[in-house]
Amino acid sequence: MAEPIISFRDYGFQYLAQASPTLYHIDLDIYSGEKVLIAGASGSGKSTIGSCINGLIPYAYPGESTGTLLVGGKDPAKASIFELSQIVGTVLQDTDGQFIGLTVGEDIAFALENDCVPQGEMQETVREVAKLVDIDHHLEYAPHELSGGQKQRVSLAGVMVEKVQALLFDEPLANLDPAAGRATIELIDRIQERTGAAVIIIEHRLEDVLWRRVDRIVLMDEGRIVADLPTKDFLVGRMLLEHGIREPLYLTALRYAGVPITKALEPQHVGSLRLSEENKEQVRTWFRKNENPEKAGNERPELLRVENLSFGYTPGVQNLKNVSFSVREGEMVSIVGKNGAGKSTLAKLICGFEKPVSGRICLSGRDISGDTIKERAKRIGYVMQNPNQMISKPLIWDEVEMALLAGNMSAEERKERVEETLKICGLYPFRKWPVSALSFGQKKRVTIAGILVQRPQMIILDEPTAGQDYHHYTEIMEFLKELNAQGFTIVMITHDMHLMLEYTPRAIVFCEGELLADTTAAHVLNDPGLVERANLKETSLYTLSMACGIENPQEFTERFIAYEEARRKAQEG
Amino acid sequence: MARVAILNYIKRPSPIHGLTGTTKLVFFIAWSVASMITFDTRILVCMLVIGAVIFRISQIRIRDISVVLGLAAVFLLLNNIFIYLFTPEYGVELYESRTLLFSGVGRYTVTAQQLFYHLNITLKVICVVPVALLFIACTDPSEFAASLARIGVSYRAGYAVSLALRYIPDVQREYTNISQAQQARGIDLSGKDKFFTRLKNSVAILLPLVMSSLNRIETVSNAMELRGFGKEKKRTWYTQRSLKRNDWLAIGFAVVILVIDLTITFWDGSRYYNPFL
Repeated sequence: MAEPIISFRDYGFQYLAQASPTLYHIDLDIYSGEKVLIAGASGSGKSTIGSCINGLIPYAYPGESTGTLLVGGKDPAKASIFELSQIVGTVLQDTDGQFIGLTVGEDIAFALENDCVPQGEMQETVREVAKLVDIDHHLEYAPHELSGGQKQRVSLAGVMVEKVQALLFDEPLANLDPAAGRATIELIDRIQERTGAAVIIIEHRLEDVLWRRVDRIVLMDEGRIVADLPTKDFLVGRMLLEHGIREPLYLTALRYAGVPITKALEPQHVGSLRLSEENKEQVRTWFRKNENPEKAGNERPELLRVENLSFGYTPGVQNLKNVSFSVREGEMVSIVGKNGAGKSTLAKLICGFEKPVSGRICLSGRDISGDTIKERAKRIGYVMQNPNQMISKPLIWDEVEMALLAGNMSAEERKERVEETLKICGLYPFRKWPVSALSFGQKKRVTIAGILVQRPQMIILDEPTAGQDYHHYTEIMEFLKELNAQGFTIVMITHDMHLMLEYTPRAIVFCEGELLADTTAAHVLNDPGLVERANLKETSLYTLSMACGIENPQEFTERFIAYEEARRKAQEG
Repeated sequence: MARVAILNYIKRPSPIHGLTGTTKLVFFIAWSVASMITFDTRILVCMLVIGAVIFRISQIRIRDISVVLGLAAVFLLLNNIFIYLFTPEYGVELYESRTLLFSGVGRYTVTAQQLFYHLNITLKVICVVPVALLFIACTDPSEFAASLARIGVSYRAGYAVSLALRYIPDVQREYTNISQAQQARGIDLSGKDKFFTRLKNSVAILLPLVMSSLNRIETVSNAMELRGFGKEKKRTWYTQRSLKRNDWLAIGFAVVILVIDLTITFWDGSRYYNPFL
C-alpha cells in the first residue's frame, strides 16, 4: 500500500492554556482517495485532530505535542502553515466568517493571489474550479447575496485551487438547511471522484454524512480514538450512543423491530438496505404492535394570532407575504424552511423589532401592533441562537436579573423572582457562579432564564440547538419540554428535522416568504412535495417504512417517536 | 438588514467608473494636494469648474451622496465660524491691508480681507469633497486594496481596508440583532433614560458584540492563514486591471493640474493670491 497522506503515531497534544491533554495516543493513517468521517461529541477532541492536520496547531494554537504526525511526509511543527495549506485544504464551519473576498471570484482566487500567480492564469483557474463546484454563474456576487450552501461551495473552491491532496471539512453541515446539507455531501462525493483527494469530514451528524459513501468512521471520545472501522463494521456495533452520537434513525428503528444489524444488511445507507422478507415482516409487526394512543386535541385558548402579515425590508421586495396562523396557549411549535424563507423575519415582527407593512398581530385577542418592543417583551420572549450574543454580565445572578432592573420592582420582589426563575431553569445551585464557568448548554439556559424572569407567556427561540452534539441537544430540548409542560408556549425556528419530529407536534413551513403548510411535524416530512419545496429532507424512517411496505409512513414515524420517548422515560425512571 | 447606505460604491456605466482604482487614487491624491496647497482663488475657481464637470461625467447624482454632502456642509460651516471666532482679522494680516466694512463689536470686525480668506477656505473644501466622494462612490471596493498596493502601500495594510469593507456590514447586522434582543430585555437606548443609565445600557450591547467580533476575527485570521496569506513579500490581485489609455490620460491630466497649480501658486513666492495690493 502507498504511503499515507496523514499519519498519526502515538500522538498526543495539550493546548498551552489547558491543564490536561486534549488528545491521547492517537494512531491514525489516512490514504489518498479515502473518505473518512471523524465523529465524536463536543469536547471529544475531533476538532483538535482537524487543527493538527491543517497546521493551525501549532501555528495559531500553540501547545505541547508528543509522538509523531506526518502530513504529506512533513512534520507540521517544522513545516510552515503555508506548506501544509498546499497539501491539505480546509473548509471551516463558519460559512460567513471564512468568506474573505468581496466577491465570489476574489474569494476563490485568494490563495492564488497569495501565491503570486499571474492574473491571467489565476482567472483561468478560478473559472475552472468554480465550474467544478457549480458556482461559475455567480462569480460577481457579494457574500450577502449567496445562500449558506453557496458560500460553502465558494470556500470549497477556494481551497481546491491549490490542487491539494486532502480536503478537510470541519462540521460542514452545522449552518445549512437540510437540503443544502444533503447537496454538500453529494458535492463532496463528486469532487472526490474527480480529484482523487483524501476527504476527511469532522461531523457528529452521522446519518446526514452517510447519505453518500464513507469508507471509514473514526469515533473519538475524551481525546482518544475509540473505534476506527470500515463503515459497515462500525454500524454493526452499538458504540454510537455510548459515546454521545446519534445512530441513524433507520438503524434504530430496525433494532427496535428486532432486526439484527449485520454487514450483510448493507447498513451504511437506507437506500442500500438488503432487508429479507422476514426482516420486513418484523418491522411491520413492530408497527402494528405499537399503536399510539389517540391524542387529545389542544382546546386551550388562542394566544398568538397573526393575520395577513406582509413585510419587506426594501420597498418592492416582500420578505413575508400575507401570512396567517395562530398558536394556542401551551403549544410547542416549530417554524421550518430554507435560509431566507422569512422565519427570522416573522420572529422580528412578532417581537416588534420591525414594523409590518400590512396585517395584524394579536396576543390573547388584543391587537399589539401599537405596542413597543419593551411592552411586547413582557409577554413574548426572544432567545437568540448563540448565547454569547445575549450574555452581557459576568455573573449568572446579574445576567438573569437584568431585565427586571428596568421595571419598578422592589429589591425583595426581584430577589424572589430571580430565585424562582433560577430554580425553574435548574441553575439555582450555580447562582453565584460566573457565566464563563458554564458549558454552552448551561449558557443557553442562562439566556433563557434571562428571558423567563419577565414571565412571558410565549418564548421564541432561534435555532436553539444549532451546532450541538446529541448530548447537549437532548439536554436543551428536554429542558424546553419541561418549560412547556409548566405552561410556557414555545415557538422554535429550526433547521433540525429531528428536533421538529421529536419535540414539536406541530410545524409551520415557510418558503420564500409564504406560509406553505401548517400541520403535524410527521406529516411535513412524509409529504415529498412539501419536503422539496421547503428545502427540507425526508427522514430515513420514511424510506424505511416504504421499503417495508407500510402504507402509512407518517404513522410509522409518529409511532417511532413515541416509542423512543417511552424508552427514554423508562431509562430515566 | 437592508439599510440605506450613507456612502458606498455606486455602480453606473460611466468613463470615471471605467478607470482603474489606481488611477482614481492617484488623481484623488494629486487633486487634494493641489487644492490644499493653493490659496489662489483663480486656480480654485478653475478646479471647482473642472470638479463639477467630472462629477457630471461620473453619473453620480447629488441625491446619491446627499447625506455625506450635508455633513460636509455642516463641518465647513463650523470650521468657518471657529476661524472667525478665534482670528477675526487673520485676513488683514495675510493680505497686508485692511478694508473695514462694519466695525462690529470689540475685536469682531468685518473686513473685506477676512471675508476673502473665508471664501478661499470654503472654495478649497468645495473642491476636494466632491472628488473625494467620487473616488469612494466610483471605485469598486474590490479594487481598493490592489490600487493601494500598486502605489507602494504594503499589501497587508491594503488588505486591512478590504477586510473592513467586507466585514463592517456583517458587524452592523450583528449589532442590530443584539441591540434588538437586548431591548426586548428592557435595555432602552432611546433618549428616555438618564445619560448614565444609557451609557451603562450600551455596555449590554457592546460586550456581546465585542465577544462575537473577537470570534469572527479568529475565524477570519485562521481562514486567511490556511490559504497562505502573508506567505510572500508580494502578492498578485485577481481584480487588478492594467492601466489603459484613459488611465494614462487621467493621470497625466492630474499631474498637469498639479504642476500648473504649483507654478502659479509659487510664482510670486506666496501661496496667497492678493487682489488687495
